[in-house]
Amino acid sequence: MDHALFQYLLRLGDTTLILSHRLSELTGHGPALEEDLAMTNVALDLLGQSRRWLTLAGEVEGRSRDEDQLAYLRDAPEFRNYLLVERPNGHYGDIIARQFLFDVWHYFLLKELCSSSDERVAAIAGKSLKEVGYHVRRSSDIIVRLGDGTAESHARMQEAVDDAWRFAGELFADDEIVAAMADRRAAPRHSQLWPAWFEHVRSTLQEATLRAPDADGANHPAYRGGTSGRHTEALGYILAEMQHLQRAYPGAAW
Amino acid sequence: MNVSASPYTIDEVMHWLSQVPDPEIPVLSVVDLGLIRDVAWDGRACVVTITPTYSGCPAMQEISADIKNTLLAHGIEQVRIETRLAPAWTTDWMTPKGHEALRGFGIAPPGEKAIDVSGITRRAAGVVVPCPLCGSSHTRLISHFGSTSCKALYRCSDCREPFDYFKAH
Repeated sequence: MDHALFQYLLRLGDTTLILSHRLSELTGHGPALEEDLAMTNVALDLLGQSRRWLTLAGEVEGRSRDEDQLAYLRDAPEFRNYLLVERPNGHYGDIIARQFLFDVWHYFLLKELCSSSDERVAAIAGKSLKEVGYHVRRSSDIIVRLGDGTAESHARMQEAVDDAWRFAGELFADDEIVAAMADRRAAPRHSQLWPAWFEHVRSTLQEATLRAPDADGANHPAYRGGTSGRHTEALGYILAEMQHLQRAYPGAAW
Repeated sequence: MNVSASPYTIDEVMHWLSQVPDPEIPVLSVVDLGLIRDVAWDGRACVVTITPTYSGCPAMQEISADIKNTLLAHGIEQVRIETRLAPAWTTDWMTPKGHEALRGFGIAPPGEKAIDVSGITRRAAGVVVPCPLCGSSHTRLISHFGSTSCKALYRCSDCREPFDYFKAH
């Protein structure tokens, strides 16, 4: 089995899956009808992308696990999503901060993956990129509206960005899996995504009259571990809800 | 591939496909939507290659089933649906007939070429989306997403009606 590719695909598949689940928790609970629709539509895009990544992961693994088995029958230590996306929803500023920091990274990553030496990866990335370009434009819009809104929305948005910031650094970490993928030009080194990411985030926050936190603040090792299966307690609760039906009724299908 | 064994021409199959509606927007056929990449015969099996629209579009499964059932109903013995991801589906592949059908249905068709839509730049000015109901170009974006992933919600400042815009993608 191609260990590095399998692990890398799990990271992509799990990260989109878990964020999709977090956003789908907002179905019927958005602060406004338009936001409710937007969040759940983004969740749907991410879920579709996750299915492609996990299906490919299953093929690469070669143990005939399909997308459903990977999504529903692994426990938390086997999940490889970044910690940022398992963060609880909190208030709407928190949700937007998490989404914005993630969307910008997701966009620049997919852009690089479009020229992956693995054409299966490039195909999924190319398809996802168009959806994610739209996600970034939307979350950038909303962050400007909330940051440059009332004194209250400004303060809460700033607090939310500062709070989510700690978890951004993990997205840019180069470990042995990323290095193995980069060596064969199947993926970029994630550290190389930082300058473009930081520039877009910084300029958007500036437009939103918000302060960009220090780059160093994103680099604390305590807020890493998702890609090697060390998660926060939040993931267990997500999986309990997401996997309940399949665990209680093994093999249940539509 | 054994062409002599195929009982119908590609044109005939395409004609039948042009009668398979999109389940969400029934005035559009799967051909008008630009989903069909290829039709070919593999022995007695008709192989239809499609490019899925949005990654999470729940209609794709139904569309595949509808294509299969329609062709089987026309007497084709075996139908196989294959999926091609790259190049990614774009609204540039929609037919002019599809654009007209959308407008007639009250949905504004994509207003620009989709070539650069994957860009990150916020497009505050954006593209002008004429109202499909009264034709006015005084319209504004209400919501980035409408009832489905492929649509955004607009409102006409003249006739005051809200309407869906089929996003350039």
